[in-house]
Amino acid sequence: MPDVSREVVASLALLAALAAAALTAAALGEVYYINLASRIAIVALASVGLNLALGFGGMISFGHAAFFGLGGYVAGIAATHAIDGGAFAGVIPGTTWAIPIWGVAILLSAAVAVPIGLISLRTEGVYFIMITLAFAQMIYYFAISFPAYGGEDGLPIYVRSQLPLVRYGDPLVFFTVVFAWLVLVLLLMRMVLRARFGAALTMARLNPLRLATAGVAPFPVKLTAYVLSAAITGLAGALFADLNGFAGPSMLSWHRSGEIMVIVILGGVGRLAGPVAGAAALVLLEVAIGGYTQYWQFVLGVVLLLVVLFARGGLMGWLAGPPRHG
Amino acid sequence: MTALVIEQVLNGLQFGVMLFLMAAGLTLVFGVMGLINLAHGSLYMTGGFVCAWTAAQTGNFWVGLGAGVLAAAAAGAAIEVTVIRRLYARDHLDQVLATFALILIFSEGARLIFGASPLWLNVPQALDGTITLPGGAAYPLYRLAIIGVGLGVAAGLYLLIQRTRLGMQIRAGEADREMIGALGVDIATLYTLVFALGAGLAGLAGAMIGALQSVQVGMGEPVLILAFVVIVIGGIGSIRGALFGSVLVGLVDTLGRVTLPAGFGLFLPPSQAATVGGAVASMLIYVLMACILAVRPRGLFPAYA
Repeated sequence: MPDVSREVVASLALLAALAAAALTAAALGEVYYINLASRIAIVALASVGLNLALGFGGMISFGHAAFFGLGGYVAGIAATHAIDGGAFAGVIPGTTWAIPIWGVAILLSAAVAVPIGLISLRTEGVYFIMITLAFAQMIYYFAISFPAYGGEDGLPIYVRSQLPLVRYGDPLVFFTVVFAWLVLVLLLMRMVLRARFGAALTMARLNPLRLATAGVAPFPVKLTAYVLSAAITGLAGALFADLNGFAGPSMLSWHRSGEIMVIVILGGVGRLAGPVAGAAALVLLEVAIGGYTQYWQFVLGVVLLLVVLFARGGLMGWLAGPPRHG
Repeated sequence: MTALVIEQVLNGLQFGVMLFLMAAGLTLVFGVMGLINLAHGSLYMTGGFVCAWTAAQTGNFWVGLGAGVLAAAAAGAAIEVTVIRRLYARDHLDQVLATFALILIFSEGARLIFGASPLWLNVPQALDGTITLPGGAAYPLYRLAIIGVGLGVAAGLYLLIQRTRLGMQIRAGEADREMIGALGVDIATLYTLVFALGAGLAGLAGAMIGALQSVQVGMGEPVLILAFVVIVIGGIGSIRGALFGSVLVGLVDTLGRVTLPAGFGLFLPPSQAATVGGAVASMLIYVLMACILAVRPRGLFPAYA
């Protein structure tokens, strides 16, 4: 199976390059570039989540910013209450420990994704795209017009969260944790996709009728994939808020949904490590062009347009050849 | 009380009519070409900017309005010929991404040409006044004129599609595009025309709104998303659904913002009622959309195509 191993090699090379970049930056004492690598890893993680729904499950969700933002707000609200001693809804106290924050971000995103998925998956095609967008907008407008947690201004996070035993606030340690999450999630996804569930999900995308005929109902399979996908993106949101020291409505905006989607496409739809390539390309493009002109989004638009029109298959298609099925 | 109700209903209607101008083009393009166009809001923005700029240069609102509509239609035709027509055969994902890229290009382009600060447009003198409503409240004439224009456009679209040769070709294009190509209709030109027509309507909406709110980069996006809500509620591809959905969304949103804070005030303290009511009101149309789709997954008036 030469092509499969080529994809594995390309994926490992990508991850190794990201880790090497962060280590080099650390050796040179360039904190900015370590954080840049962390940002790439986090944005990649969010897109790995969307890729599960969009790439493997064929569910074009235009609302994943909802989960990204929810994760971010979990981190933000936890930090706020850790300082002011208050409690969320009068019951849940704040914390600066990262592990419960991650847990709540994952569980909350999954819990919110269940009703959204139950309603949205009744629809198909454009309707699915639009209804996921509508749900994300619902949460966005709620966050904006509800002043208790910052409203339009968002929530600054004044204390970095902490982990036992390590200095989590150190940029390199933070990168290591984020990178470990990325690798762990990628490995888990590879396992899940190679199991029966992955086969069912692929068939739910390609031919739901055939899957149903084989005795597996497509709906629960798709819903499960959608909820898992939301949980991963939610986790990425919590990490992102911690990195930036800020959680705000911009994390929930539909631009963010579009950006996560762009990363998935840029990297290669339904390629496991595609989002890593896509995230690196997008973030580096932003930094590189943003250095020359304040109108960098113009260039981004042109690049994106050219990729969609002429370079189908994305970066992974270019690095690792066309995908192999089976 | 009656005056307040009438005023708010008119506000809702005016908002709905603006949404209709956007939604009509979107739904037409989707119905005929099967294309989902996120850049429709950019055409709205183009109309707004060109109208405000031209009106400021010439001192004449009407010249600006005409220029705005023409510029939006021309921009629509230009992107149809260069980009959009390559997307008809692609799946929705590619369409979403390519038109998302167009939004980035248009927004930054507008910032480049017109600068980052918002433009303002004055209400034309002929419409700068108020009318006394039954009940005694004064209502701005300009908003009434917008309602009139919107209803006029709706009637015009109906006549165009049901009664003219072009309309017949558009309907045939929805039903079976290969067949009307085989019958000798120039499909490519027809598609460009339809797209430019939708773009012109979006430009008209953008130009008219300039006198009510500031013209700035990004103004098209909230309206675009609402227009999507409208066509999803109405049934994608159906003009009738777009009209019905627009008015419904316009009224629900406007009335919700007025009544909900008061409604929550019945069982919450006033300060909390205002926040909670405001928050719920801003989500209301999305709740409406989710409810409608949960019951009727293809909208209220599913198009037959």
